[in-house]
Amino acid sequence: MRGFLRALGAVVWKDLAAELRSRELLSSMLVFALLVIFIFNFALELDAVARANVTSGVLWVTFVFAGTLGLNRSLAVEKDRGCLDGLLLAPVDRTAIYFGKAIANLVFMLVVAAIVLPVYSILYNVNLFAQGGLLWVIFLGAEGYTAVGTLLAAMAVQARTRDILLPILLFPVVIPVLVAAVKASSGYLQRLPMEEILPWLQLLLAYDVIFTSIAFMVFESVVEE
Amino acid sequence: MQDSTLIEVSRLLKRFGPKVVLRGLDFHVRQGEFVALLGPNGAGKTTFLRILASLSAPSAGRVSVAGCDLPRQATAVRQKLGVVSHLPLLYGDLTAEENLRFYGRMYGVDALEKRVGEVLTLVGLTSRRRDLVRTFSRGMQQRLAIGRAILHDPEVLLLDEPHTGLDQDACEMLDEVLMQVAARGRTVVMTSHDLARVEEMASRFDVLSRGRICSSVRRDALPPDGLLAFYRRALAEATPPVEEAL
Ligand SMILES: Nc1ncnc2c1ncn2[C@@H]1O[C@H](COP(=O)(O)OP(=O)(O)OP(=O)(O)O)[C@@H](O)[C@H]1O
Ligand SMILES: [Mg+2]
Repeated sequence: MRGFLRALGAVVWKDLAAELRSRELLSSMLVFALLVIFIFNFALELDAVARANVTSGVLWVTFVFAGTLGLNRSLAVEKDRGCLDGLLLAPVDRTAIYFGKAIANLVFMLVVAAIVLPVYSILYNVNLFAQGGLLWVIFLGAEGYTAVGTLLAAMAVQARTRDILLPILLFPVVIPVLVAAVKASSGYLQRLPMEEILPWLQLLLAYDVIFTSIAFMVFESVVEE
Repeated sequence: MQDSTLIEVSRLLKRFGPKVVLRGLDFHVRQGEFVALLGPNGAGKTTFLRILASLSAPSAGRVSVAGCDLPRQATAVRQKLGVVSHLPLLYGDLTAEENLRFYGRMYGVDALEKRVGEVLTLVGLTSRRRDLVRTFSRGMQQRLAIGRAILHDPEVLLLDEPHTGLDQDACEMLDEVLMQVAARGRTVVMTSHDLARVEEMASRFDVLSRGRICSSVRRDALPPDGLLAFYRRALAEATPPVEEAL
């Protein structure tokens, strides 16, 4: 167990340290995310009611597409310089590698969210931080998304067409997480009563658990040659 | 005798789709041997080393390293292996010492900082320890890759053409590192096309051709006309195998 945690920590540390240097992954995710919300801002002339309705959709479109960019890069870096072999040569459980990569990807997505939310709040003149529940939904949604995303990115990175393969594999699978996240977010934004939000939250939580366990079980067979 | 056998491969078969690359390969290495694996391009040397390194699963046959079977007991085998492959397996956005520190944690190396310092000295990169690997030349990356492979003091060192891209100094550094490793009773399997160089170093020479080890000779039994002549004869004599019904 200590070996597992040590290896997991090493992978997370390595990804964060490398990213802090290059900022390659975060900058492409952020540029993309900010472009999306700017374009929505110009394209949609919204009154206050309509705005509350579309906000959660716009936010999740932004996170999801920016997230795909990040996932692709995160595994491509390993594959292209042969570092995936380096990881696989280490005498550690494959799932430590998987969780290390998944946690790093989750951190990147949350960093993007932490920058997108205030920018969005200013652009659209709403305070997204007023609802503590929304932040939880974003965390849970991002968790489910990166759990499946890391697994499928490891699969897609083997193929020559990986850049288009990842979204094609990922989006159909991850739809339950997204629907639940969008519904729960808009519930909080429209200040609906808790009993209307709760089912979505439960669904989100259930999918997070299911997806994380499946990814945990099959990761080894995905990276094996 | 039997218990000093460290690597045991019997009837190893590897195919990629319909293409059979290794066909019934037998290979035994005793502890402390330094085996040079020779063979023409495309003979399957890299494929074979990847199987020994547990990176690729055999299609059939038995592979065991230090008493542990592959692929079943892969984790135990991995702890005992150091691998230098075609690619350096290093992260460009980390410094030399950060790369070693990362791999050291993956292998659970004790007294890591001290060991990282030792290894950097050994491969002659102490002055560049805080530089990003991205800024390293090919040869410097290869030096660090060698450092990465010996970091956890593995029992078996697998090297795939490790001299490629190294300058004269670096080649000598590598040879010195390898001789030190071998002198401490470690086992080395190395592929190479540089016959003159391996003739000096290895204790045994195996020729891989047509998916099998077709000839093998100990250094003290080398014919007087040298390794190159032996290698040429081995390839010429390697008869095409009888195609077994698929
Ligand atoms: N992933 C793969 N898929 C299909 N064929 C492969 C794969 N890897 C290797 N091969 C084939 O296996 C054969 C042996 O390749 P390998 O790289 O092991 O040769 P090698 O002895 O290392 O050659 P070299 O001296 O050029 O390094 C080649 O014919 C190659 O085309
Ligand atoms: Mg090769």
